Amino acid sequence: MAGTDPSITLYRLQACPFCERVVRRLDELDIEYRSRFVEPEHSKRNVVKRISGKRTVPAIVDHETGVTMSESANIVEYLQGTYGQESPDTQARAEAQ
Amino acid sequence: MSGVDFDVVELGDADSVDVGEEVPDFTRPLVNSEYWEDVSLSELTAENPVILVFTTMDGAFPATYMWNTIRDRGWGADNGPAADATVVGLSISTPYEHETLIEERGMDYDLFSDPGNGVAEAFGIANDLDGMEGVSEPRPAIFAIDGDQVVQYAWIASEWPDFPDYEEAEAALADL
Repeated sequence: MAGTDPSITLYRLQACPFCERVVRRLDELDIEYRSRFVEPEHSKRNVVKRISGKRTVPAIVDHETGVTMSESANIVEYLQGTYGQESPDTQARAEAQ
Repeated sequence: MSGVDFDVVELGDADSVDVGEEVPDFTRPLVNSEYWEDVSLSELTAENPVILVFTTMDGAFPATYMWNTIRDRGWGADNGPAADATVVGLSISTPYEHETLIEERGMDYDLFSDPGNGVAEAFGIANDLDGMEGVSEPRPAIFAIDGDQVVQYAWIASEWPDFPDYEEAEAALADL
């Protein structure tokens, strides 16, 4: 909460392999994130629908960039592109500092 | 507990956190009506005073009765008792069971999930359950905790079952 929030919120389902795939990439890139777990039934995923427009998990909200995204393949690609060592974004930010 | 013609089982003295003492901080999944995430007690007390309600596991009647009563009396609600406080619960039930309880009781309170019962142990109110080998849960209790994480009011069950004096609690909570 106040002040200490990681910039990424991950909506996930316990033991969901697609969610774990995203977690693994977050860990590899050493990105801090906050986990929010939802229940398995799609009818009980209103919060996910509200933030992403879909009821699927994983979904992430990146508060730093304003990006909200679903689908694990898209998410890992986004994370690599935005936070990976080789990413142009990272270099641009490093140069800007 | 009155109204029965036999002695209700006593729980014995609890070596619990007292009024005026600082409570141990903890982090556990906090369940709301839509999801759960790890939250620390200190994150909550940084915002508002906290009324921490320990109950039996979800589904046992004392938990049902306590939440029905707290909900009906409007604790923590606008214009209700302790309107400026955050009322949260805690039991050993899983987040999934908490979701069911919140939905069934129609309650606007979040619940910490602590299956390992470590929070109750740290607060000195662990209760080993007779007839459920290996299962320990908090004895029912209510702690009003201020922004410095100091206890301003405490009620701890001394019998099995035992229920809070809600009016007495509300009088104390009015001073938070």
